[in-house]
Amino acid sequence: MKANLPSRRTGLALLGIVLLAAFLFVVARTGPFAPTRVTVTEVKSGNVAPALFGIGTVEARRAYLIGPTAAGRVLRVAVDVGEAVKAGQLLAEMDPVDLDQRVGALDASIARAASAAAAADAQRQDALARRELAALNAKRYVDLGGQKFVSPSVVEAKQQEQTSAEAAASAAEANLAAARQDATRLRAEREGLRRQRQNIRLVAPADGVVTARDAEPGSTVVAGQAVVRLVDPASLWLRVRFDQGRSAGLAAGLPAEIALRSRPGRPLAGKVQRLELLGDSVTEERIAQIAFEQMPEGIAIGELAEVTLRLPAGKAGLVLPNASLRRHGGETGVWVVRDGTLRFTPLRSGAADLEGNVEVFDGLQAGDRVVVHSEAELSADSRIRVVDAIVGQGK
Amino acid sequence: MISLAGRDILHSWGKFVFTGVGLGLLIGATLTMAGVYRGMVDDAQVLLANSGADIWVVQQDTLGPYAEPSSLRDDAYRAVLGMPGVARAANVTYLNMQVQQGDRDVRVMVVGFEPGQPGEPGYLVAGRRITRGHYEAVADVRTGFRLGDRIRIRRHDYTMVGLTRRMVSSGGDPMVFIPLRDAQEAQFLKDNDAIVNERARTAANPSLNRPGVPGLLEAIQASQTSSRSVNAVLVQVQPGQDAEAVAAPIRRWKHLEAYTRAQMEEILVAKLIATSAKQISMFLVILAVVSAAIVAFIIYTMTLGKIREIAVLKLIGTRSRTIAGMILQQALGLGFIGFVVGKISSALWAPFFPKYVLLLPADAVRSFIAVMIICAIASTLAIRAALRVDPATAIGG
Repeated sequence: MKANLPSRRTGLALLGIVLLAAFLFVVARTGPFAPTRVTVTEVKSGNVAPALFGIGTVEARRAYLIGPTAAGRVLRVAVDVGEAVKAGQLLAEMDPVDLDQRVGALDASIARAASAAAAADAQRQDALARRELAALNAKRYVDLGGQKFVSPSVVEAKQQEQTSAEAAASAAEANLAAARQDATRLRAEREGLRRQRQNIRLVAPADGVVTARDAEPGSTVVAGQAVVRLVDPASLWLRVRFDQGRSAGLAAGLPAEIALRSRPGRPLAGKVQRLELLGDSVTEERIAQIAFEQMPEGIAIGELAEVTLRLPAGKAGLVLPNASLRRHGGETGVWVVRDGTLRFTPLRSGAADLEGNVEVFDGLQAGDRVVVHSEAELSADSRIRVVDAIVGQGK
Repeated sequence: MISLAGRDILHSWGKFVFTGVGLGLLIGATLTMAGVYRGMVDDAQVLLANSGADIWVVQQDTLGPYAEPSSLRDDAYRAVLGMPGVARAANVTYLNMQVQQGDRDVRVMVVGFEPGQPGEPGYLVAGRRITRGHYEAVADVRTGFRLGDRIRIRRHDYTMVGLTRRMVSSGGDPMVFIPLRDAQEAQFLKDNDAIVNERARTAANPSLNRPGVPGLLEAIQASQTSSRSVNAVLVQVQPGQDAEAVAAPIRRWKHLEAYTRAQMEEILVAKLIATSAKQISMFLVILAVVSAAIVAFIIYTMTLGKIREIAVLKLIGTRSRTIAGMILQQALGLGFIGFVVGKISSALWAPFFPKYVLLLPADAVRSFIAVMIICAIASTLAIRAALRVDPATAIGG
């Protein structure tokens, strides 16, 4: 019993030491006495190639709404959705109602006007013959009157007859002209009706593909309402919205990388075709149109697309990862690690790229070590422990 | 001088150590329960601290955005920015939901924030901040997501670009941060079936789908699917400004509710988590009382177990002070071992709790003092029993 007392004592002492060590370890590594784990990086000089990122939908630059110019009923629709049509092809036709009958009536009127002109022509021939005869008579009597064979009153009567015959001839000429003008008017009216009849035939203004058939035969549409919609599939482009806050540098002609929602892994090349002067003040976005370099197969209008624009790289400067930028005391800056102590350095940030690099100005020099990631919010008297990574880096 | 207590412990060290460890586990449970309670309150406070706001502007007559739903137009922040004393103001949305990742889902709070504005995570533990205006996400590590993961929130897939820590809702759900525009869509835009049904319903309404007014139906349907709402506007006041002085004109002239940090804390701690916190604290009190009782009984019974030896000591003329000292030293030693084991065990198992367990050093100090006092009091009972023992029992039995 007595013999193993010292060994028991050592055992107990060992146990006590282990317990105390564990206790101190726990106190030092958890709670407020534990150092905050951080990762640091060196400030490097380099240049940031800024990029803009926007979301857009595929739209047709040229879309056509084909509808009548006056209210009416649809007679027939000749095409269906998805059909490719050529310029001038009949797409739909409105009910002409009485147009054809009115053309028929005018045709009859034109025929009648031709008859009236023929009658007027005959009358003119008659008047001309009378005028010739009256002129001969008048000449003869004037000669006879000159030789005093007839009295002057007879001569005057014959001269008056000649004047009347000339007037009758003029009247006949005018009648003929009026009859011909009447015919011209009727022909013009018929031409107008024929045009109207053509107008209710809805034809394709350009080559395209039918995207919608909005009215079926028998339905009534108002002036301007679409019966058929067309788009020009060669004119598809993207209408892309860019956050105003990140749209600096957006300009026409920039190369674009387009990821369609249907094929996100295969980016397509494009180009900023147009930058709209009007931005959206409600959503705080700018709008640009982006054209495909090469039109992809099987693209659908309305499809969502992500667009990345790469801007030319700026001047070389100091570059930091954006995770290192913190706000502290109302200012943006970084925590600089120097000899194991932390110091907050306010700075200005400039261009940023999509990979998380930011250009910074003021307060830093290349080679300074700054905190990137940290386990908790830092302050100037935080105790830190620099590690390679705070959590696993994942995939 | 020979230490009676030490000799006695050496004599029956197994009993002493195992009693101490058992006691320690009980103290550890009590400490953990205190940690659970502190963690709960801390979740609420960390939510406020992480949002980086001095003032929360929410819908009038609501306790939003955490305790009640609140909905504001997303251009309200511009009016707030124009108020005196406001340095920065930003829209924010909060949405509790299950997020799918592969074949498991996680309960999270989806936060829609504007990059570089109040409401964004203050620090990251991995990855980078959001650089694209859409479809990127930063999540709390507690979600279990890793960098590069693709997660689906409603209609869209998001790429996990950064991880942060201790960004939780008042209920302890980890947060997922996504750009505000996406969050607005996620919160207010319905699923495809609902949208298609809604369109059909609108088209079937003769007063909205009039034959003579082409374009009306399309216009109505377009207006139905847009969302222009946010849950709150987070405001930072200019340095040196009093938050309440800035909040008062917002309440008065903008007809919005504005809560300062103190008021928000009151809402969260006193209203939102009050019941569950009380529940935990009730349990904590009972656990503490039970632990104290058990500690007292253990020491008392340990002394009673040695009553024959004490009688022998008395018989050989040991002074009462020495006997009392031995019992007191043993009790305090037991308490000390118990506390150390309790502190270690609670610190070891705390990280495995699904919700945050905050072990405050002040709580540890308090519990150490409490354990020592309880041990001392318990030992007085044992001392009284020991001193009253008749030396004759040593021989009689």
